[in-house]
Amino acid sequence: MTPSPRAPEPTSGLPPPASGLSPSGAPALDVDPFSTEFFEDPHRIHEALREAGPVVWLSRWSVHAVARYAEVHAVLNDPATFCSGRGVGLSDFARETPWRPKSLILEADPPEHGRTRAVLARVLSPGVMKTLRERFRVAAEALTEDLLARRSFDAVSDLAEAFPLSVFPDAVGLQREGREHLLPYAGLAFNAFGPPNELRRRALETAAPHVDWVMAQCQRQNLAPGGFGAAIHEAADRGEITHDEAPLLVRSLLTAGLDTTVNGIGAAIYCLARFPEAFARLRGKPALARAAFEEAVRFESPVQTFFRTTTRDVEIGGVTIPDGAKVLMFLGAANRDPRRWQDPARYDPERQTVGHVGFGSGIHMCVGQLLARLEGEVMLGALAARVGAIAITGPVVRRYNNTLRGLERLPVTLTPA
Amino acid sequence: MTTITFIQPDGRSRSLALADGTSLMQGATGAGLDGIVAECGGNAMCATCHVYVDEAWAGRLPPRSDEEDALLDGAAAERLPTSRLSCQITVTPDLDGLVVRLPDRQI
Ligand code: HEM
Ligand code: FES
Repeated sequence: MTPSPRAPEPTSGLPPPASGLSPSGAPALDVDPFSTEFFEDPHRIHEALREAGPVVWLSRWSVHAVARYAEVHAVLNDPATFCSGRGVGLSDFARETPWRPKSLILEADPPEHGRTRAVLARVLSPGVMKTLRERFRVAAEALTEDLLARRSFDAVSDLAEAFPLSVFPDAVGLQREGREHLLPYAGLAFNAFGPPNELRRRALETAAPHVDWVMAQCQRQNLAPGGFGAAIHEAADRGEITHDEAPLLVRSLLTAGLDTTVNGIGAAIYCLARFPEAFARLRGKPALARAAFEEAVRFESPVQTFFRTTTRDVEIGGVTIPDGAKVLMFLGAANRDPRRWQDPARYDPERQTVGHVGFGSGIHMCVGQLLARLEGEVMLGALAARVGAIAITGPVVRRYNNTLRGLERLPVTLTPA
Repeated sequence: MTTITFIQPDGRSRSLALADGTSLMQGATGAGLDGIVAECGGNAMCATCHVYVDEAWAGRLPPRSDEEDALLDGAAAERLPTSRLSCQITVTPDLDGLVVRLPDRQI
């Protein structure tokens, strides 16, 4: 089969029909977006969710959801009505104790959010990125040479994980010992945003050793000077946050800063391997590296979902969602909504992607997006310069997570340019 | 509608009639103008919507926020006293005739 630039994803078969109405009058769907069936093929169910209405009711988890671009964007940009302080997972912090002390940024609302957000925005600012660029580029080129020497390898562990692991922990200033806890910790934190299913239960059961290690690394004495972690503690010295808050903000970087870019880079490699025509365009124009990464974030949406909680009765498309209700946002579905995107199932590195919600939108929009783009850009740029073709040479295995979309295994073979 | 002129680094210029209330960045990218990247979509995070405001106009715009000021230090092209982030400038009728220059790069 010749791969085409269109995703070889099943589009046939009728989407599951709406099965009645919810108490609010929203069309009800009996689909589970946290099931292995869904992880294997979310697109057909995304379409059903979008087509059912501007807001739908997921009977399985008794929760409202939005999947169209316009509504997802609107919810993200109305934090007064759709708050984060009651948790951005299904669990409502007003009713259940959070599984860990809640995040001071992700799970905070204005005005408190603005204070912690300003600290991380400065730690991860465009100016700081300039100081990292050269080091990251050299690391990406070195990894590319290694991989070319090996020819055949697993693009998940040996590339998508290996590259961020080679630059991110050092940029934070982590000690070497114990870094193998980072990915399991992030995996469990992102599983914990989901409903009380097997993935979440297992994540919380196995959490303790990873949580202990991560919390210890957030302490000042374990963070090397010059890194993001030390910079957060220095913000506490200046009184911008308290000394008690600093470790928890470091934790935000350790939760959100590694597994996300692993899945973002993994998404990009998977796209370039599936769509050789897109890789050829990138090779012809290496300045497309950053855009090719961005389009992969739109196309695969490595962070698939987040929740909000309503702070009042609110109407969406004729349906009134009651005060205090959880609302699930399908970022991945919004990023492929044909109402917003032309030919959404096509991976096109030259697409105008501005406005996609893969990094969110509004006040909580990913504070690490510049770091993610820098990693993606230098990695794809290094591959485009030295690799002629990326071929998939074995079974592709998906990794199951309640929030993150990515692969467990992607066997590939490189041809040198 | 308010008319704003954008001048590219090579001197080409294009005048756009932009809707009041949108940002300069939204108006320009919506019209397909090259030279503004706006990676963060106007969320004041990326500094890839950098422009130089014509000197005659610099003092007539609302001042920069601290946030905008800090971001401009990280802009890819040289920062000048007339540097602004176009996503932070709202189009209003009193900007009619505004001239902005685009930097040689945004990333
Ligand atoms: C491709 C990689 C990444 C993706 C797809 C991604 C996605 C997202 C999304 C969708 C949000 C919005 C959450 C919400 O609205 O509730 C977010 C927020 C956040 N991200 Fe990222 N992220 C990535 C990389 C990173 C990196 C590298 C870091 C840190 C170095 C990071 C740190 C954060 C933090 C701290 C927040 C919370 C911001 C806030 O609530 O104000 N992310 N990210
Ligand atoms: S568009 Fe990102 S700072 Fe203006």
